Amino acid sequence: MHALLIAPFADYEFMRRALAGIFALAIGAAPIGVFLMLRRMSLIGDAMAHAILPGAAVGFLFAGLSLFALAGGGLIAGFVIALGAGVLARLTQIKEDASLAAFFLISLALGVTIVSLRGSNVDLLHFLFGSVLAVDDPTLILIVSIASLSLIVLALIWRPLVLECVDPGFLRSVSGAGGPAHIVFLALVVMNLVGGFLALGTLLAVGLMMLPAVTARFWARDISSMIGIACVCAAGSGYAGLLASYHANLPSGPAVILVAGILYAVSVIVGPVGGLIWLRSPRRHLEA
Amino acid sequence: MLTRRMIAAAVFAFAIASPALAQDKPSEKIKTVATFSILGDLVKNVGGDRVEVTTLVGPNGDAHVYSPTPADVQSISHARLVFVNGLGLEGWMTRLVSAAGGKAATVTASTGVKTLRMEDENKPGHMITDPHAWQSVANAKTYVANIRDGLIKADPAGKDVYQANAKSYLAQLDELEAEVKSAIAKIPAERRRIITTHDAFGYFGAAYGMAFISPEGVSTETEASAKDVAKIIDQIRNQKIPAVFMENISDPRLMQQIARETGAKIGGTLYSDALSKADGPAATYIDMMHNNIRQFGAALVG
Repeated sequence: MHALLIAPFADYEFMRRALAGIFALAIGAAPIGVFLMLRRMSLIGDAMAHAILPGAAVGFLFAGLSLFALAGGGLIAGFVIALGAGVLARLTQIKEDASLAAFFLISLALGVTIVSLRGSNVDLLHFLFGSVLAVDDPTLILIVSIASLSLIVLALIWRPLVLECVDPGFLRSVSGAGGPAHIVFLALVVMNLVGGFLALGTLLAVGLMMLPAVTARFWARDISSMIGIACVCAAGSGYAGLLASYHANLPSGPAVILVAGILYAVSVIVGPVGGLIWLRSPRRHLEA
Repeated sequence: MLTRRMIAAAVFAFAIASPALAQDKPSEKIKTVATFSILGDLVKNVGGDRVEVTTLVGPNGDAHVYSPTPADVQSISHARLVFVNGLGLEGWMTRLVSAAGGKAATVTASTGVKTLRMEDENKPGHMITDPHAWQSVANAKTYVANIRDGLIKADPAGKDVYQANAKSYLAQLDELEAEVKSAIAKIPAERRRIITTHDAFGYFGAAYGMAFISPEGVSTETEASAKDVAKIIDQIRNQKIPAVFMENISDPRLMQQIARETGAKIGGTLYSDALSKADGPAATYIDMMHNNIRQFGAALVG
């Protein structure tokens, strides 16, 4: 049992670092994922992974293959895209998802063009995105800082954010905090996503943000519980996925996401809140 | 005022001037295309001033995953000769040549080379031909001979020039081979093992007696599993492999993590599939080999 569950982490430093990175991501990104799901922005992760390309390309033009330049450029591009899409969605009649789709497609095409002009076939995004098995000190510090900052900021904007999710009309009638809270939230999303890409790669960053959140939907009705369940689910998937990658020789990122996916599938069927089994056998109505 | 007389005078003036256009075109260089930078360098050395070489996959590029551009198709359609490595390096080449049209003849530089096998990165356990034959200087000499013969066939007028260029370059390669052998000899036998991210040094290892171990297999695309990385770390610890090397076309972070965990030395950058830029340490084939043996020596000796 020890050899199965503990030994891989005790023996190898890279396994411990991978686990630490995933735990940090779980705590930082899972709450954000819950809010994204509630606000119908679940596909933003994929969009963001492509949208940061022009920023990285511009960074590449200025400084070559420097991780700092690529990451900085990517972050700026991410902010511009997410915040621009968010502001536009509030000002015009199009909704968040359409606004974001338009922005990220333009951004992706721009990025590919910039890269082609430079004339190299180096895959910038491939270079930019990290791997869970190669988490070094700066990477770990980055992702833990992002998680800490996310939690603090979320605590600060908690009330307007929750109200925006469930009753935006009421919030607009009593306070003007909805818009700014949403913008700050989008900034958090970009930070977590870009940081996650750098540290652990796109699959893990987006996957651990969204899958546990969607899973938690089937186990709780209030947001706080959902967030707690999502964090536990993400951390657990990370642990089990790394073990699977170690013992069964599977690629590490996909293994973690597959575990999360299995948890999701199970939840869809047996989850207490709207799981398929419970839908088929409704509770008895109390009758007088 | 444009009278008919003025128009007639202008036309007459142009007609008088036209013989000036009938000068001889300066003798054109033979247009050739080489698929990647190392091959391009060899062709330049053999062809000298008589050839103009366009390289498709430039410095620091990755020939395994290259996507040809319309400009490449154009170069091929204007070229007389196309030099390819063969042995499966350029999977995209045959389609490109047939799509380009033109009257280019293809010269496979690796004809006659004794090939080695290696594991296919897409099908583990399945062996394919290792295309990196240029890593052994003896094979590079075969490449030069094939290039020379190809050039002579396409441009018989330049036969003497090509033979002279090839002869002097072959002499340089002989010198290079001696240098490589003596550099390896300086490394103690039990330390001639390294880890590197790209499985491109099979021919070098076979020719000069070094062991190259790689954590990810051949291509730049497969993702490592935790077990693979753990196995490499175990191997480095058990066999006391002294150094890990990075290579100029793949992600270095995994290498750094392995080196950190095992205490192995991180060697400098090796160049295997592509030359560096002109101001870099491996701008020509000979420079590339010098750079690599210098890095091996620095990490493994003492």
